Amino acid sequence: MIPFLAMIRKDLRLFFSDKRAVMMGLLVPIVCGSFFGYLFGGGGGNTEPSKMQVLVVDEDNSAISHAVVAQFSADPHLDVKPSTQIEARELVRKGKVTAAVVIPKDFGQDAGRAFFGGGTKPELKMLFDPSHGMEMGMIQGILTGAVMQGVSKEMFAGQTGRDQMKESLAAIDQASDMPPADKKALRDMLSGVEKWNERQEHEPATAKGDAGGLRIPFETRTEAITSGEGIQYNGYAHAFGGMGVQFILFMGLDVGIRLLLLRQSGLWQRLRAAPMSRTVLLGSRAVSAALISGFILFVLFGFARVVFGVHVQGSLPGFVAVGAAFSLMTAAFGLMVAALGKTVEGTRGYSIMATLIMVMLGGAWAPTFIFPQWLQKITVVVPTRWAMDGIDAMTWRGLDFSAALLPVGILLLFSLLFGIVAVMRFRWEAEA
Amino acid sequence: MLEAKALKKSFGKITAVDGVSLRAGAAETIGLLGPNGAGKTTTISMIAGLVHPDSGEILIDGSPLRGDTDPVKRKIGLVPQDMALFDELTALENLTFFGALYSIRGAVLKKAIADALTLVGLADRAKDKVRTFSGGMKRRLNLAAALLHDPQILLLDEPTVGVDPQSRNAIFDNLETLKKRGKTLVYTTHYMEEAERLCDRIIIIDHGKVIADDTLHGLHKLLPVTNVLAIELDNANGFDPARLRALPHVESVEVREGLLRVGVHDLSTGAPAILQWLAEHGQSYQHVTSERPDLETVFLTLTGRSLRDAR
Repeated sequence: MIPFLAMIRKDLRLFFSDKRAVMMGLLVPIVCGSFFGYLFGGGGGNTEPSKMQVLVVDEDNSAISHAVVAQFSADPHLDVKPSTQIEARELVRKGKVTAAVVIPKDFGQDAGRAFFGGGTKPELKMLFDPSHGMEMGMIQGILTGAVMQGVSKEMFAGQTGRDQMKESLAAIDQASDMPPADKKALRDMLSGVEKWNERQEHEPATAKGDAGGLRIPFETRTEAITSGEGIQYNGYAHAFGGMGVQFILFMGLDVGIRLLLLRQSGLWQRLRAAPMSRTVLLGSRAVSAALISGFILFVLFGFARVVFGVHVQGSLPGFVAVGAAFSLMTAAFGLMVAALGKTVEGTRGYSIMATLIMVMLGGAWAPTFIFPQWLQKITVVVPTRWAMDGIDAMTWRGLDFSAALLPVGILLLFSLLFGIVAVMRFRWEAEA
Repeated sequence: MLEAKALKKSFGKITAVDGVSLRAGAAETIGLLGPNGAGKTTTISMIAGLVHPDSGEILIDGSPLRGDTDPVKRKIGLVPQDMALFDELTALENLTFFGALYSIRGAVLKKAIADALTLVGLADRAKDKVRTFSGGMKRRLNLAAALLHDPQILLLDEPTVGVDPQSRNAIFDNLETLKKRGKTLVYTTHYMEEAERLCDRIIIIDHGKVIADDTLHGLHKLLPVTNVLAIELDNANGFDPARLRALPHVESVEVREGLLRVGVHDLSTGAPAILQWLAEHGQSYQHVTSERPDLETVFLTLTGRSLRDAR
C-alpha cells in the first residue's frame, strides 16, 4: 500500500509543481466554456437573439408590397433593410447578409387577383446564402405569414381590394356562363365585403392596430422545461460540461504520452526494479489521473457556479458519480493510449484524432440533437456521449440520482474495457 | 552472492544476450566491459528483474529471482544508465519517493536518506530541486537513490556517463566505500580505465557472449606480451628490428617515427639485455619508458577489433 500511495502522491506533486501548466490547463477550458456558453444562450438573462440580416428588393412599390415589407420588417428575429437586386446578390454572395427577398413588379396586383382564386400566382424570389440553410426555413415561414397578412389586409381593407372588388362584381354581372344562383351568392358575398370596406373607411382601425385582413388565428406561448418552474436554462452548464469533458480527455491523453516517455527513461527501470506489481504501477497512475480529472471538473464547475450561476439542479451525488466515472474512464483511456502506442510522435497523432472524434460525437462542442438521426444512434458507442448526458442530467435538467445510473454504469464499463486492453497490450519489457 | 547462469535473451531476431554466466560475491566488484550493444545493459536488466530471460537463471543468495513482486528484489539496487530522477522535485522528495517504493517510511527512511546523501556529498542540497543540480550531482543522487533500501547487490549501468572528472572520482570514492561495507558491485562500462581502477574481476562481453572472465592480472596473461619497453632512438635510420628480435627475452619489435617498441614478458631481465644490446650496436637513445598493455589491447587481442571502433 505504501508504494501505491507514494506513486499517487508523486504524480499529484508533479502535476501541481508546474503551476503554469496547471493554470493553463484550467484557464483554457474556462475561457472556451464561457465563450460557448454565451453562444448557446448564456445564463438566461442575456438571451437576446442575434438577428438575421435580410434585404428586401421592392420592385413593385405597391400598397400590398409596402404592407408585406412592413409586416416582414416587424419580426423580432429579422433585421430587414431595403436594397436593389444587384446589390442584394452581391451582399448574399459575400455572406454579408443571410438572404434577400425580391418582390417583383405587379406583385400586389397579381397577388390580389390570385387571393380570390383568379389569375396566376406571382413569384417571390429568395436569394440565400447556402451556408445558412437552417435559417432559410425560418425566413420563409416569417415571409409567408407577412405576405398572407399584408395581402389580405390590403384586399379586405385597402384601396387595391376595393378596386378589385368592383372589377370582380362587374365580371360576375357579365359572366354569361355562370348559373344565376351562383352569381347571386358571389355578388352577395362581395357586396358584403364592399360594405364592410366602406364602413372601415369611415371608421378606421382603432385600438386593434392591425384590424383588417386575415390574421394568423393563434398565438404560441413557449415554456422551457428546465429543472424547475421559474428556473431558466443556463447555457453555461452544457458548455462547461462539454469543455470539461474535452480538456479532461486531453489530460488523459497526456497521461498516456507521459507514460510512453517514462517507459523510455531510466525512471521506468528504477520503478520496475522495485518489488512492485504491475497493478500497482498502472493502477496508481490511473487513480492519480482520475483524481486530477476530478479536480479539473471541480474547478470548472466551481467557476461556472460562482461566475455564471450554474448549479447542480439535480442530484449532487449523481453529479459526483458521473464525474468520478468519467474521470476513471479518462484515466483508463490514457493507459490504453500508452499501451497501444509505439512512438510518442505516432501515438500523439492518432490519439489526438481519436479524442477529437470522441469529443465531437459526444456532443461536447454542439448538442447531439443537431446531428442526423443515424449519427445520433451511433454516438451511443462513444463514452463522451454518456458523460455529457450524465452531466446535463445532473446540472441543468435537474434529474434525480436514478438518471445518473445508466451513464455511470456505461462509463464504468468503458473504463473496464480500456483498462483490460491497457493491461493486456502494455509492453513491459524494453526492446533492444 | 549473485549468480547468473547461462542467460539468454532475444528481441525479435536480434540475440542480445547469448549464454552469459557470472558470479559475484560480497565485497567484490565485477566489471562488465564491452562496446555499446554488446549485451551489458540487457544482462543488468535481467539481473534487476526488468527483463525476463528467455532461458537461464538468476540466483540471489541461492534464491531464484521470480516475478515483479519477488522480495528477493529488495537485495538489489539499480543505478540505471539514464538519469532516473524527477527534475521538478527536490533531492529529498525524490529519495522519499524511491524509499517508499520499498515500503520504507518514517524514521528508518529519514536515516536512510541522510546516510545516502552524506555518502554522495549532497546533504546540504537536500531541499534543492534536482533541475538546479549539475550533471555530476545528478549522477551522485542517482546513485544515492539506489542505496535507500540498503541492497546487498548494486547494479551500476555506466554510472559515470557524461560527468566531469571530479564527479567521476567522487563516484569512484563512493563505490569504494560501498565495497568496503561488503556490497557486491556489478559495474558496466566501456571505459577501460574505470574497469581497471574499480574491478576485482572483469567480464568482457561482445555480441552477447562472454569472451573473457578474469582478474586484470589474469587478462594480461592472455596477451602475447605483458610489457612494452619504449625507447626513443637518436637515429633510427638503418636500424634492423630483426636482429633485436633474435634476443631471447624479446617477443616483438616495432620501429615507427624514431620510436622503438619492444615487447617482453619479463621486464626485469628483458630491459637490461635490450639496453645493453643497443649500446653494443652503437645505438644511442634519449628516453626509455615501460608500458603495460591496457584492456583496449586485451579486447583487440581477443576480438580482433578495437574497443573504441566497436562502440
